[in-house]
Amino acid sequence: MKFTLSWLKEHLDTDASVEAISERLTSIGLEVESVTNPGAALKDFIVGEIVTADKHPNADKLRLCTVATGTDTLQIVCGAPNARAGIKVVLARPGTVIPATGEALKLGTIRGVESRGMMCSVRELLLGEDHDGIIELKPGATVGAPVIAALEDSGLLANDPLFDVSITPNRGDAASVWGIARDLAASGLGTLKTEKVQPVAGKFPSPVKVVLDFAPENKAACPIFAGRLIRGVRNGPAPKWVQDRLKSVGMKSISALVDATNLVSQDRGRPLHVFDAGKLNGNITARMAKDGEQVLALDDVTYTLDANAVVIADDAHALGIAGIMGGKDSGSYDDTVDVFLESAFFDAGFVARTGRKHGIISDARYRFERGVDPQFVLPGLELATQLILDWCGGEASDVVIAGALPSPHKPITFNPAFVEKLGGIAVPRERIIEILGDLGFVVEDHGDLHVVPPSWRHDVDGPADLVEEVVRIHGLAGVASVPLPRAHAVAAPVLSKAQRRTRTARRALAVRGFNETVSFSFIARANAALFGGGDDARQLSNPIASDLDALRPSILPSLLAAASRNAARGFSNLQLFEIGAAFDSGMPGAQKTVASAIRTGHAERHWQKTEAPGLFDVKADLLAALEAITGAPMSAPITQGAPGWYHPGRSGTIAMGPKVIAQFGELHPKVLAAFDIKVPVAGFEIFLDAIPDAKTKGNSKAKPLFQPSPFQAIERDFAFVVDAKLAAGEIVKAVKQADRNLVDTVTVFDVYEGKGVPEGRKSVAVAVRIQPKDATLTDAEIEALNQKIVAAALKLGATLRG
Amino acid sequence: MTDILQSDILAQISAAADEAALEAVRVATLGKKGSVSALLATMGALSPDERKVQGPRFNGLRDTVTAAIAARKAELGDAALDARLVSETLDVTLPARPENTGTVHPISQVLEEVVAIFADLGFGVAEGPDVEFDDYNFTRLNIPPDHPARQMQDTFYVSPQADGSSHVLRTHTSPVQVRTMLNNKPPIRIISPGRTYRVDSDATHSPMFHQVEALVIDEGITLGHLKWTVEEFCKAFFEIDKIELRARPSFFPFTEPSLEWDMRCDRSVPGKISFGTGNDWLELGGSGMVHRKVLENCGIDSTKYQGFAFGFGLDRMAMLKYGMPDIRSFFESDLRWLKHYGFAALDIPTLDGGLSK
Repeated sequence: MKFTLSWLKEHLDTDASVEAISERLTSIGLEVESVTNPGAALKDFIVGEIVTADKHPNADKLRLCTVATGTDTLQIVCGAPNARAGIKVVLARPGTVIPATGEALKLGTIRGVESRGMMCSVRELLLGEDHDGIIELKPGATVGAPVIAALEDSGLLANDPLFDVSITPNRGDAASVWGIARDLAASGLGTLKTEKVQPVAGKFPSPVKVVLDFAPENKAACPIFAGRLIRGVRNGPAPKWVQDRLKSVGMKSISALVDATNLVSQDRGRPLHVFDAGKLNGNITARMAKDGEQVLALDDVTYTLDANAVVIADDAHALGIAGIMGGKDSGSYDDTVDVFLESAFFDAGFVARTGRKHGIISDARYRFERGVDPQFVLPGLELATQLILDWCGGEASDVVIAGALPSPHKPITFNPAFVEKLGGIAVPRERIIEILGDLGFVVEDHGDLHVVPPSWRHDVDGPADLVEEVVRIHGLAGVASVPLPRAHAVAAPVLSKAQRRTRTARRALAVRGFNETVSFSFIARANAALFGGGDDARQLSNPIASDLDALRPSILPSLLAAASRNAARGFSNLQLFEIGAAFDSGMPGAQKTVASAIRTGHAERHWQKTEAPGLFDVKADLLAALEAITGAPMSAPITQGAPGWYHPGRSGTIAMGPKVIAQFGELHPKVLAAFDIKVPVAGFEIFLDAIPDAKTKGNSKAKPLFQPSPFQAIERDFAFVVDAKLAAGEIVKAVKQADRNLVDTVTVFDVYEGKGVPEGRKSVAVAVRIQPKDATLTDAEIEALNQKIVAAALKLGATLRG
Repeated sequence: MTDILQSDILAQISAAADEAALEAVRVATLGKKGSVSALLATMGALSPDERKVQGPRFNGLRDTVTAAIAARKAELGDAALDARLVSETLDVTLPARPENTGTVHPISQVLEEVVAIFADLGFGVAEGPDVEFDDYNFTRLNIPPDHPARQMQDTFYVSPQADGSSHVLRTHTSPVQVRTMLNNKPPIRIISPGRTYRVDSDATHSPMFHQVEALVIDEGITLGHLKWTVEEFCKAFFEIDKIELRARPSFFPFTEPSLEWDMRCDRSVPGKISFGTGNDWLELGGSGMVHRKVLENCGIDSTKYQGFAFGFGLDRMAMLKYGMPDIRSFFESDLRWLKHYGFAALDIPTLDGGLSK
């Protein structure tokens, strides 16, 4: 909402400064986005007087002037034909920023003569187009004074600050200069001086009648519709002050008739419309649109409406979309002689729905959907009538009205003590009543107050709303800070186990050299499809871009896309991770928290041999992260294979019972190709929600007692020849289970296929650490254990390698 | 005689240039047929008196030779080790084995900072789903169907589900407040951080961003408690002793009264912002006393309980505190950005150690 200071002062009698007005507006909830002062750019210019003006020694068309600044005189070279001794000029000294160039003036030398300033033209100050000569100020201008007053005095500058105020959606009443003045006056900053609108007596009955044609369920769409005919007008440009005023707030001047309605709209918040009565067929009716009914609107777009829209129609067809935009064919133009002026009240909801559906932005919609003052339907009509008669001549008919004003707002029962109870600020009862009264509320004191909101406020329907009104006018600065009571002397922990898991996973992965990313939850559908997603249930109806249209089923595609982008910038060796949501469907709650990471790239070029990141790098990362999360080495079994986006032979899954807690491996080459990634990638996904909570042991935080065995551990190596397809993990498991008491750890230290091992078989060498707990083992006991281990392996088809 | 023999042997020992030469001396002296062994072998043939004289001399000779050989052996060993070590010299200026330095994303870091502060004030951390029921995201928050926030251009809608239902990507984390109020009885004191989504993308907007909201519901909670909480949070978060806040009346459907908070700051130096002084105001976020209808929609007795809520953009707070200019770069996963603005793995924000370095 834009208005100038002078426009505001048409309604508000105040001596307050621009700064004071601006601060007050913001403090009462009408946030000032900006105040632009046309004089602001000219604050450094002063009035100068040309003392002498002689011919430049080296140039015929230039003059060499001495210019008085009030404190000294400057030598200035000037090319203006009107530069002559005795005139008062606009003087820029070195350092002053010239608006036309945006640059600070420098000392110059022109044709060998030094010039210590500049006398400015209208165009150089961006005050107009004139560049024929320098500005000649009125002779009375004070030499050395800031130039703004002198420019105003010469009619070159309207130093009228422009306010731009952001209106919250509940404050339709503030979408007018009058409404803003009303709020400022209520806050004590000046007095409201808006004159009461005088009705214009009708000279004849209106030949055009107005009709409301609504089924009972839609009656609220338009409770009152008024209008009158004005005949014999001469349309043309509006008076210059009107054009200037509209332009001052960024509105276009169109014609006297249209400008009259726009002026009343901006000034009073009352939207109006003028029809060319010569183009009407019969009477005007407000009604619901027929499904498929078309209107060619003033914006040259033909809108096809449905039965939920409200239209203004004559007997032949729909003329305009009610409360949103008039029709092109029935509008008023230069040849309009008879006009029908409309003023109506349209329901905010109907206007909002239709406006939104068709995406029409208009001043009328802006005001109606925020709520206009029904009590001003008729005064607005009278005001515009008078303007049209004043500007265009003609004579007005009687006013015709269909329907009736909606009933006034219901009273709210209000205990003034509620201001302090909710607002935390003690405002005296009398002051509360006064503030509400100033804002136009009708207050009756029955112990509790009975408060009826003014007709222009549609957002006040409960005691809390009244508290807001009181505190915003009284001032929020008076609210004193009150500490929240402290529940625990020493703050208690607040994180859930799941939240702690997430944190631990994050730090653990960062410690291992991974860089954390945060990426969009939506990705391209085709990419989602590679990871088990991309179905209809995970599509967005209105994506912001066609490649951000699907909820991601996994974090890996986000990481791969990031890897691809980084590779394009020359970074192929990456360790990236993200912890966030992956989606199983488009239902609330059908998401899981996943920690996912990738290692990408070839072997690093290094003077010592390095290897490309692969399966066993990410397996180590994964196990380290899981150990950090659970606080214990991962004991759940690892099985071969993972979903299709992994390399079928180089991927694995960790599950606890039926719950998959992680999967890992090298990424499938086809998946990498889809992301245009040309280097190997290995990665993993940890399903954080699937990891069971550690068992709690009552309140005790004590760890199990440290009980090291006093007996020497021994290590024995075994080399088993097994089927080449047998998983090494099976052997390890079998060896461990050969004697759970004695076998401490089993480590695979060699795997060999080739010469010396039969075709289709492999040799797997394990180191077994044996830890006696009760006594040192005898040779016979060791031998017995060896036999048990070999026997266990034998069950897997293993033979001891000779 | 033994004296001559001894000096001769000792000369041979010190002349031995390597372990082999030394071994040859040992064999020639202490070996079975060595000169010293031969002398010792004569002992048996000596008379007791002679033995008394010669015994200590022969044994002394043997001990001296043995010690000299050992000493020479150690000397030779040290020299060999020194030579080997010299030959093993590595150029320490060669690069170490490559290892990437991991980082934590600023969003995660700043969230941990925020949680540390609110945890101290007794706030729990509540979370909810990104895909939300329209009812929780809007209706229960007193956002009627015609409210502009519901417009298609603001809210992401998810395609209809198998059961015909249709849901939204939450436009704020307020539905977590709804869920919290529905499932818990007052007193309630939580923050709800998380991803939020709006159909908006330009220099200052990203279609996905992060919010943190705070909710306090109890008896006797007023705007004064809200003001205190915002002040204390800002002081702790920005790590400055003194701040100045300004409240502006505003409008949100879910609070009444509604207000927005600004913090005094200084932007007079281009590209730089400092807090607590200056003539500029920085928008922090929206807040207000929870609307009676919202409390009732969430099963809380509004005649007994009241409370406040406030919310701010986590990304924005991170940008302000750590001087990051563009929200869009948060989500681009540019390695250079991640390393530049990311935080070290072990820089865990704590109240005792300080939120930031």
